[in-house]
Amino acid sequence: MRKILTRPEFVPAVLLILAFIAGTIQSPYFLDVRYLLDSTGPYAETGLLVIGLTFVIISGNIDLSVASNLAFVACATAKLAQIGLPMPAAATIGVLIGGLLGAFNGALVAYAKLPSFLVTLGTLALFRGMAQALMGSASVQVPSSFVGADRLDLPLLGVPLPFGIMIVFVVVLGLTLHRTIFGRWTFAVGTNEEAAFFASVPTPAVKFRIFVLAGLLAGLAGVLIDSRLGVARFDHARGLELEAITAVVLGGVSITGGRGSMIGSLLALLLIAVLKTQMILANITSEVQLTVTGTLLIVAVAITGVATRLSAPRKA
Amino acid sequence: MLAKVAKSREMRTLILVILVFAIAAFKEPRLLSASSISSILLWIPLLTVMAVGQMLVIVTRGIDVSVGSMLGLSGMLTGMLFRAHPDLNLALGAGASLGIGAVLGLINGGLIAWAKIPPIITTLGTLSVYRGLTFIVSGGHQIDSNNIPSALTEWSLRGPVTIGGVTLPWLLVFALLAVGLGYFLTNKTVLGRNLYAIGSRPEAAHLRGVPVGKSVFACYVICGALAGFAGLLYASRYGFVNPATAGSGMELTVIAATVIGGCDVKGGSGSVGGVLLGCILLGVVNVALAVLGVAADWQVLVYGSVILIALGLDAFASRRQAKEVAA
Amino acid sequence: MRNSLLILSLAAMALVGCQRSTDGASSGSTTSSGGQLKIVYIPKNSGNPYFNEVVRGFEEAAKAAGADFTTTAPATAEATSQIDLIKAQIQRRVDVIAISANSPDALNVVLDEAKAAGIAVITVDSDLVGNESHRDAAVVPTDFTKVGESQIELLGSQINYEGEIAILSATRDAPNQNSWIEGMNETLKQPKYAKMKLVETVYGDDEPQKSTTEFEALLAKHPTLRGVVSPTSVGLAAAAQALATAEAYPGGAKANGPGLMLTGLSTPNQLKKFVQDGVVKGFQLWSPYDMGVLACNLGIAIKKGEVTPKEGAEFEDPKLGKVAFGKNNVLSAGPLVTFDKSNIDKYNF
Repeated sequence: MRKILTRPEFVPAVLLILAFIAGTIQSPYFLDVRYLLDSTGPYAETGLLVIGLTFVIISGNIDLSVASNLAFVACATAKLAQIGLPMPAAATIGVLIGGLLGAFNGALVAYAKLPSFLVTLGTLALFRGMAQALMGSASVQVPSSFVGADRLDLPLLGVPLPFGIMIVFVVVLGLTLHRTIFGRWTFAVGTNEEAAFFASVPTPAVKFRIFVLAGLLAGLAGVLIDSRLGVARFDHARGLELEAITAVVLGGVSITGGRGSMIGSLLALLLIAVLKTQMILANITSEVQLTVTGTLLIVAVAITGVATRLSAPRKA
Repeated sequence: MLAKVAKSREMRTLILVILVFAIAAFKEPRLLSASSISSILLWIPLLTVMAVGQMLVIVTRGIDVSVGSMLGLSGMLTGMLFRAHPDLNLALGAGASLGIGAVLGLINGGLIAWAKIPPIITTLGTLSVYRGLTFIVSGGHQIDSNNIPSALTEWSLRGPVTIGGVTLPWLLVFALLAVGLGYFLTNKTVLGRNLYAIGSRPEAAHLRGVPVGKSVFACYVICGALAGFAGLLYASRYGFVNPATAGSGMELTVIAATVIGGCDVKGGSGSVGGVLLGCILLGVVNVALAVLGVAADWQVLVYGSVILIALGLDAFASRRQAKEVAA
Repeated sequence: MRNSLLILSLAAMALVGCQRSTDGASSGSTTSSGGQLKIVYIPKNSGNPYFNEVVRGFEEAAKAAGADFTTTAPATAEATSQIDLIKAQIQRRVDVIAISANSPDALNVVLDEAKAAGIAVITVDSDLVGNESHRDAAVVPTDFTKVGESQIELLGSQINYEGEIAILSATRDAPNQNSWIEGMNETLKQPKYAKMKLVETVYGDDEPQKSTTEFEALLAKHPTLRGVVSPTSVGLAAAAQALATAEAYPGGAKANGPGLMLTGLSTPNQLKKFVQDGVVKGFQLWSPYDMGVLACNLGIAIKKGEVTPKEGAEFEDPKLGKVAFGKNNVLSAGPLVTFDKSNIDKYNF
């Protein structure tokens, strides 16, 4: 029993079920599978950021720049398509740009040994500023053939394509995190970087690759947002890093690194999606939503902090 | 040795300030006009007051990204106070803004020092919470200029000293007072010494008997109080307080000014003088960009680059230092 | 691992569980309750005094018409969050969506979904320029083609139609702003305004700090500047405070010659103090309240099928009287009002 209680997934799983019940009671329009699935579009994008951040935070770092990365990729992809590049090529280059921006973060953190929160606070502004310098405050249209991935349902499963893509990444990268040597290194770096280094874990390379991964996923999310909205703007997804980080720590990932799981992050993302959908449906003002998200972040970290202390072996 | 490095950092910033100003003034001589100079002098105070608080936090290896939201909430509440009591004494208003800021900083500090939630997470959370509260307490209504006492807006206009036709406005006087407070705290008090000790080596500080929790808590309270006071200065400077725009995004400017001013982001070093120079540099850059007619679209890009370049220089400098020590 | 599987299956069960109950839920709520029309208005952002006044117009018109009115808005003026808000309104099965769009093109897809669901879609204040087919009709506060001209005439009358002038706008790509600036440029070509020279147009991005810095830079760059027009309320309020601080207004301690005249568009409360102190002589705005009233009544009428928007057709507003649709089904609510010392105390918004 105690084992279940202290698992990182426990809290978000319970809250998710409660949120579903609350949503059903609160609004007659909430329990509508079609609507809920249609609402997953934005959360598929958030989800990709969450997957990357799960690695980053388990390794004891943070990446505040993911949403700005997403916005820059969205703008760059649309611009490339606008100057005549075929959309598949533009999208591929877009994802790679995301990886490149991630590599920039990774190099500064892993090799220049700078604190990740400051590096990515800088690139949060830098990437967003690059997007604004590229676009001004105008929007650029995406070729109409590329618009509407979120309204394509996957055969058999019946879930929208972006959500399906996100689930595939959750499974593949979840297995990477929990079943491969790279995953073990990620935990090792987050638990005790020096010890990991002496246990011949290539710590800089591990950190570098994690940031590249987060960047690639943010880039993919940027391409997906282009398809969902049909236009690219520099202010896309502003502040989304906050929601993604909230999901990760709410999912039981310890903010100081070394502990967490992919399923926990996924459940927490679903929880946030359900909560937000409810609030929007109830026309709860955006400022109250802002307060709720911020509080949730702090409470989530506090809870996992307590959980970690509980699950730690008692010292004699 | 350390003092020398800190000094050279300040020198570096000072040279940069002079260089930027000279180049910009060469391209557009009107930057030297009285109205440009006063525009720069009025741009700096808000930033300086907040940057002094941020410096204390960064010295302990912390960060406070909620300062912009604290400015907004404090400015809004103080503005509402003036709306309800138009004849309220300005000193009382100032006290209220400081007090409100201190309470908000107290929440940050409590979560960080005692609940042990990392500073970046705590303040990222309160960044949203305080902004949301600003909307909620105001019901989404802004404080218009006719609700702000003229005596307050005159802080940007009149002052105690006039030198050669240029008045030193109260706004700037308060900024200098904040710098003085920062200097006193960092150089003359036990708390200041403790903050540096914590930033240099937290474990060692604890073993040496430094009250780590209390000191960290105190620096977030001071940071909050100063950000709260900046809310009042904001009302004075801009003449209205809007729940969405007041202080929004200012955390980046403040952090940029602090790291440009030579605060080591790995904690343990940084001086008030350097921070003041960092603020002056950003003030000059901002006004120069406008006078030169550079599009506003580039501003966020500039801040981001500035933070990263300052970080890069730091990393470079500390590596060379490490090599020198090793040699 | 075992536990995670358990949890996953629990979550799956929750999903399946809701699938079953859906049919009941949706069939029960397809008809709106009691025949009361549901109308929602989505402003550009919350905390904006201008839109607060539009909301007040909606509220009172809806009350008079016996409709159920709600409003919801994103915290910052960006388009993506408006999309989720519209989706939720479709799900809430509202009858009329009125929206002040944050982008002329980012909302196309979701507005089409709303129209397909039988919802009347009306844009208010900011239209979908170039994408008009994605909404049923638009309500603009005044005839936008005349704003530029009125503003130049107002400034001209304040400076005896002579001297250097400048414009302080919002963002570089704001469609309304740009159409007004174009109107100002056209007006300045008329012989009456031959002695007024537009020296520069700057952008303050609707941020107080940036607007202030840009305005002060104008003062520094053009020492002989006689007038500034700021057709945005954030820019005008920030500029007025900066002008008061610089004491360069007519009669101010540091005024250069006859001093600098500032005018533009703003809600009266934001500038009341400056008009009373003589920093600003006069400025203009339409009635956002009337715009809210008209949009609300139009939405209800379209939903009920009482009016079909078409160029040249007329709509009889119960409060404002007859209004005719212009090109692209645009209705304009009323004239520009000039606020000055003589009348500003009569307004409170």
